[in-house]
Amino acid sequence: MADPMAQDKGRQPRRRLTDAALAALVAFLLGIPFIGLTTVEVGGRLAVQTRWSWLLAAAGLVFLGRLAVRWLFERQQAARGRTNRPRAMNRLGTSNGSKLAGAFVIGVAVVLPFAFHDNRYVVDTATTVLIYVMLGWGLNVVVGLAGLLDLGYVAFYAVGAYTYALLATQFGLSFWWCLPIAGLFAAAFGVLLGYPTLRLRGDYLAIVTLGFGEIIRLVLLNWTDLTHGPDGIASIPRPTLFGLSFAPPGDVATVAGALGIDFAPWHRMVFLYLVILGLALLTNLLVLRLRRLPIGRAWEAMREDEIACRALGINVTNVKLSAFALGATLGGIAGVFFAARQGFISPESFTFTESAIILAIVVLGGSGSQFGVVLAACVLVLLPELGRNFSEYRMLLFGAAMVAIMVWRPGGLLSMRRATVNSVREERAVALREAGVPS
Amino acid sequence: MSQFLQQAINGLTLGSLYGLIAIGYTMVYGILGMINFAHGEIYMLGAFISLTAFTVLAAAGMTSLPLALLVVLLVAVLFTAGYGWAVERIAYRPLRGSTKLAPLISAIGASIFLQNSVQLLQGARIKQIQPLLEGGFEFFGTGADSVRVSHAQLLIIVVTAVLMLAFTWMITRTSFGRRQRACEQDQGMTRMLGINVDRTISMTFMIGAALAGVAGMMVTLYYGVIDFYIGFLAGVKAFTAAVLGGIGSLPGAMLGGLLIGLIEAFYAGYFSAEYKDVAVFGILILVLVFRPSGLLGRPEVEKV
Repeated sequence: MADPMAQDKGRQPRRRLTDAALAALVAFLLGIPFIGLTTVEVGGRLAVQTRWSWLLAAAGLVFLGRLAVRWLFERQQAARGRTNRPRAMNRLGTSNGSKLAGAFVIGVAVVLPFAFHDNRYVVDTATTVLIYVMLGWGLNVVVGLAGLLDLGYVAFYAVGAYTYALLATQFGLSFWWCLPIAGLFAAAFGVLLGYPTLRLRGDYLAIVTLGFGEIIRLVLLNWTDLTHGPDGIASIPRPTLFGLSFAPPGDVATVAGALGIDFAPWHRMVFLYLVILGLALLTNLLVLRLRRLPIGRAWEAMREDEIACRALGINVTNVKLSAFALGATLGGIAGVFFAARQGFISPESFTFTESAIILAIVVLGGSGSQFGVVLAACVLVLLPELGRNFSEYRMLLFGAAMVAIMVWRPGGLLSMRRATVNSVREERAVALREAGVPS
Repeated sequence: MSQFLQQAINGLTLGSLYGLIAIGYTMVYGILGMINFAHGEIYMLGAFISLTAFTVLAAAGMTSLPLALLVVLLVAVLFTAGYGWAVERIAYRPLRGSTKLAPLISAIGASIFLQNSVQLLQGARIKQIQPLLEGGFEFFGTGADSVRVSHAQLLIIVVTAVLMLAFTWMITRTSFGRRQRACEQDQGMTRMLGINVDRTISMTFMIGAALAGVAGMMVTLYYGVIDFYIGFLAGVKAFTAAVLGGIGSLPGAMLGGLLIGLIEAFYAGYFSAEYKDVAVFGILILVLVFRPSGLLGRPEVEKV
């Protein structure tokens, strides 16, 4: 037994080298039409340019990358073989420490804007992260809990944003009134989408939701009388605090004036940040509570087995529609905030890529895990920000990261696809597994 | 009447392209049960490869058009098949046997990656190529109310028909086809019978990608204008076509493609061009409401 393994070890470096060389060869061949050659317009006609040095460099990079990945992978395999205990990451979402961790994260989130109030960039980025966290939590109800694959979630976000933009600019309704109105309106759209999809299985549902998202975007783009089409809606009013605005001192009552402090632009930024933080935390609370109510249990039951659900007398229609409606409401409310923060919206902001990013946040975080969504939103928003200096590579990095994270951890960063309520027998099995007892 | 015929011909041309792409979706879905979101990008890659290949051939001084078409077709097929293989190997194979959502996210990531790498490497601007296949046939008189079939349209329809026949023959008669169908039915059993399932899946991806590559080459010929973003919409519509026809069903994919092409052309011709995509998705939703498993799909019986 020991002999062949030793032999195997001796051959390994060479095998790794040939493997990497093969990968580099494939990369070289496949790179010819895109890296090696390019077409440029010369005098109205296309001409070919060659970039063989780039191609060689790319093949070299693939060679080194493949070696590194193989090495990491084999080390991970070896480590996995030695110890069989569950990793700390897996337990984070369920263990007793999670409450402490949650409180810590919330504490940091509250303190953050005040600590960095003179750094516009930090607060702005943190606000963006929170918008995605809220969207992720909203979509998590549909995808993570109810198990319905929604590829057009951005439609509800758009509905919310346009509802606020139109109500505020045409009728002068305030931000706080628009929050529930837009939420209800988005919920209506959720039911509208949910109804025809009741009979559909997973992947048919995916394409119908994708189509729905595109329909909404196309209507926003082409219904120019209402939405100004591609020009979008500008000068959307900012949210106020009890009717007091955050504008520089002028004719309107301002917060700074009421409090008798000097006006500073960071007040509004921090206020916006706190609003979205509050909205996101409310969302979290709502979802966590609902998971313990019959409706939440019904969602999770439906995700696990729809037929068994029916057999138990659960009205699957209502369960599905309520998941769609709640997800849509949360998306719509996030949309209202988005419109109020940006002050300008256009259909550009509501493309399929946006839906894909939100879905990626849910899945990368580990479907169903609330904390995973936060982690994934941080990773997906901050990662492209790191590459800001070479901003044209941002989306490239983003796509590559999506593939890499999925390949690395197919269950998501914090995989916790476990029902909130378990039978006693299952709880025991889980406890035993976590204690390291093989089943 | 002539407008009707004209739109029908335009729709058939478009529909052929969608059908070619839809085959790739439906085959991959049939064998792996996943939506290969990067498939639309393979079509875009095919278009770019053809554009570069045409330019290279023109620079090399090739004058015979049929020969050039054949060479470009071959180049496009080879490279897109390679890309299909690579995408499967890198982004999907490590995820086999995991949850259903993981490969979907990986596919969306691969799609974003491919799109942006082409944008970076080939430029974000629209690329235009001189029309290669000019001229066509006119029926029913001349002028405004004649019906025109351009050579490019004819080529697209004929090539698609030939490929479809060849493809049907391959799936129903050859040993690869038998392996492919066996994998669709029961992968575990197929593996036990000594068939290399991984290789069959790789082949499936390569064939689907090659068909999309042909569609990409055709679209370069037909419109002469491409950019790095064409893959998304074409991909979504082709997937819509596959679902409309009943996903997993090969004749369904072709039928769905033709229907989507016709709906789009007629809606654009008679109503409004802006809302043609809304019409496509609207009809998809309607069809699925009344026939949840598509036009030719078998309703799936769930066993408990």
